[in-house]
Amino acid sequence: MNVAVTVNGTVYERDVEARKLLIHFLRDDIDLTGSHIGCDTGNCGACSVILDGTLVKSCMVLAVQANGSKVETVEGLADGEQLTALQQAFTDHHALQCGYCTPGMLMSATSLLRSNPSPSDEEIRKALQGNICRCTGYWNIFEAVKSVAR
Amino acid sequence: MTTIAPEKVEVGKSLLGESVPRKEDRRLTQGQGVFVDDIKRHGMGYLHFVRSPYAHAHITSIDVSKAEEIKGVYGTLTGEEVASLTDPFFQIASEPGGRIKDFSLAVGKVRFVGEPIVAVVAETRELARDASELVEVEYEPLDALVDARHALETDAPVLHDDAGGNLMWEGVYEWGDLDQAFAEADQVIKIDELHFHRFNSTPLECGGALVEYNRGTGQWTIHTNNQFPGFAAIMMGPAMRCGLDKLRFVTQDIGGGFGNKITSHPQLVTCCLLSRKLNRPIQWTEWRTDFHMSMSHGNERWFRDTEVAVKDDGTLLGFRTKALDDAGAWLRYEPLGGVIWAQVTPGMYRWRHIRVDFTQVATNKAPVSPNRGYSRMQHLWFTERVIDIVARELGLDPVDVRKRNYIRTEDMPYETPNGCIYDSGDYARMLDIALDLIGWDSMGEKRRDAESRGKRLGVGIGSTLDSGTNNFGQSRMINPELQFSGNNEVATVKLDIFGEIVVTLGTTPQGQGHETTASQVVAEILNCSLDDVHVRAGHDSYWNSHAGFSGTYASQFAVTGLSAVKGATEMLREEIKKLASVIFGGVPVEALELAEGGVRIKDNPEAFLPFMACGAIINANNAGLPEDLGVTLNCRYVYRPPFEVPDIERKFGNLTLTYAAQIHVAVVEVDPETGYYDIVDYAAVDDCGKRINPQIVEGQVMGATAQAIGAVMHETFEYDEDGNLLTPNFYDYHVPHALDMPPLHTGAIESPSPFTPLGTKGMGEGGGAGIHAVCAAIQDATGKIVTDSHNPYHRVWELMR
Repeated sequence: MNVAVTVNGTVYERDVEARKLLIHFLRDDIDLTGSHIGCDTGNCGACSVILDGTLVKSCMVLAVQANGSKVETVEGLADGEQLTALQQAFTDHHALQCGYCTPGMLMSATSLLRSNPSPSDEEIRKALQGNICRCTGYWNIFEAVKSVAR
Repeated sequence: MTTIAPEKVEVGKSLLGESVPRKEDRRLTQGQGVFVDDIKRHGMGYLHFVRSPYAHAHITSIDVSKAEEIKGVYGTLTGEEVASLTDPFFQIASEPGGRIKDFSLAVGKVRFVGEPIVAVVAETRELARDASELVEVEYEPLDALVDARHALETDAPVLHDDAGGNLMWEGVYEWGDLDQAFAEADQVIKIDELHFHRFNSTPLECGGALVEYNRGTGQWTIHTNNQFPGFAAIMMGPAMRCGLDKLRFVTQDIGGGFGNKITSHPQLVTCCLLSRKLNRPIQWTEWRTDFHMSMSHGNERWFRDTEVAVKDDGTLLGFRTKALDDAGAWLRYEPLGGVIWAQVTPGMYRWRHIRVDFTQVATNKAPVSPNRGYSRMQHLWFTERVIDIVARELGLDPVDVRKRNYIRTEDMPYETPNGCIYDSGDYARMLDIALDLIGWDSMGEKRRDAESRGKRLGVGIGSTLDSGTNNFGQSRMINPELQFSGNNEVATVKLDIFGEIVVTLGTTPQGQGHETTASQVVAEILNCSLDDVHVRAGHDSYWNSHAGFSGTYASQFAVTGLSAVKGATEMLREEIKKLASVIFGGVPVEALELAEGGVRIKDNPEAFLPFMACGAIINANNAGLPEDLGVTLNCRYVYRPPFEVPDIERKFGNLTLTYAAQIHVAVVEVDPETGYYDIVDYAAVDDCGKRINPQIVEGQVMGATAQAIGAVMHETFEYDEDGNLLTPNFYDYHVPHALDMPPLHTGAIESPSPFTPLGTKGMGEGGGAGIHAVCAAIQDATGKIVTDSHNPYHRVWELMR
């Protein structure tokens, strides 16, 4: 099936199998490998992207469902060399180690801060509960998100 | 979150000990890391494994024809082909485990659910998966052996006929004088059975590889996330009947390892054979379910018939126990777990009379392999359990029993009963800091408060020794014929033509920040900025220098890796001075110093030669230099820790160079009606000697703590009686998420190691402390002896019934 998906501002037109997951479309068809796969059950959140303004796990969406939509991935966060405040905060607070969950974490936190620029500690935790990290224990991630909350 | 750090001693400005931001982060926060599944090649085929649905069965026939007929399927590989193209993997074990024949795909028989039988390669991931469904395998099911405690019974199903039974390895470890200890004891505490459960660290990135075969040179390039290529190479080369120069291992970013990515050599062999057979690059990425079913479970272990000799005042004299270890279906790194625990034989305590009868058996479950805290975690959990059970039986305070028996700071360096040398530490002080962090003084009040809400509060202590920098000579205790000993790691540091300082490491980092900490050491020695130092990301066994034990495992980088970096950088510093001495017309090297990205005369700083000039002269403008200059500005250093071969007969010797320590304290509140509990407060205190980058150290402490909390509360690889894994994905295998994390206080002291060039100790594996801290807290809250390392709510409820 032919799809046209706008990813980080660029329109990508591809012929995809109906069963292809959005995450595989992003990684395999258009070579945006920043979003990752950590499970096959929708638990880990490493593939989190923003689809038409809503945070989704891109392994739970078919590529054909994204036809005509706007997708934001980790590759679209920074403005050229300029990191977002959140990306910088992840470095400053040592909120990543292996970096595999980081793209998904950043997208979840970005989505949270857009809808709620001043989240409480509890709201930060709830917003990140769908993203698994095996390296950090999350504490530094909470600190990083908190530091850019207004 | 609160943090207590040691007081900083200012001795001039030093980069060593500074929490500088990580060099890795810029690419990783922008999705520009290169993980193995990110690598693509023209015409590559995706590999999918057909896996066993049975825990134990004869394979009576395999038919791949229907799969191969599908358009877009490139080909298949079966166990029969593997058995003709390769030799069985080299076995670490002596008799009887050493007799088993292990190939990269099942041959004739399957021995665990999820064991790879056939590999199918196709144009897309989806097609490879579909075509796998068309492979027809006929089985003749056999009874499954799931509980290791029945493995040696006469009617138990036997996994490996070659071994003549399920016993893989056994050994008796005895030090001191047990008879005397038990004669002197006021009391002998008996513990029937303690059980350490099966789990692992489940790195978020599963296993994978992209393998290319160069038909012209006969060489394979293996892009992978294997974390110990040196080990993979010595397993793969002989099996594939090729020299190690034919196996090029390349890693860049690895999405967590924790030991679980050491033993992927069977899958890598399959990829290699298929890339040659099909003449195309092979891409293999494991699915989460594949990982859970088949990769690197942690060692499950029982401690049975334990007897502890103690005095009435809580003085520990010694213990004896029978350890039974479940290796799973194959010995992929085992039976090394049968000796690795001995690095920390007495735990943190001064008892001198110890006997462990160690037995390892095979079962119809996934093979075990190193998991963060490998084999020591099980043993240290056992010793900690003994402390709290003894304290309870004697009516003593677990804090007092610990302090009475801790190896004291004035005893350091301390020789354990089996000849290990604990290099430095102050366990009692660490415990005091940890207790302060959770408000020990006001615990009575907190207990009453919990009771007023119908809850029971409990406090528990757990400790681990994160022994690092292995002496591989300990493997000879498992098999005297092995020719391994010592350890090594290598680094190269060079000054290139435009003045770039380029560092290559033999290591395979998975989040530990090696690019950053290596840069700190280099910049400190060359007196330049961190930005001047370029550490190549990842490992490449063609282009990076590497040594036999190169890799990232077993808490050793801060010692082996950074000592290699230090050695190579000091060589480079001396070469730069030697060159400058010539350029400055014979100024003695003693009169020179490195500063501000160059070399200068101390008394005449105007006479300055920037690194760029040094690099250019040696590489591109070298006419007229003295013939005997001996300067290449490309320096390689192999760090070799000071080890002797252990005494195999007595099982005696120093098995690791450094002993980082962790003391954790957990406070839990248990609901007596349901067994539900919360960790309401938590402290983790760490001592890994000199810290090069305290933030990175603290990050590891936090991560290990989270894994411990997951293991004790939720994570388990549980099998049913037929050998089906009940937790094959993240639905059933619950790893902690953001809402599961308790409040955390961290603390640190620094007891520099007297044995390492930088005073550092390897660290990162100290999470086991948390498993015990929670077990002890549950025991304190419920008043019932906790005998298992895994305590989900229902088990706590059962405990209280």
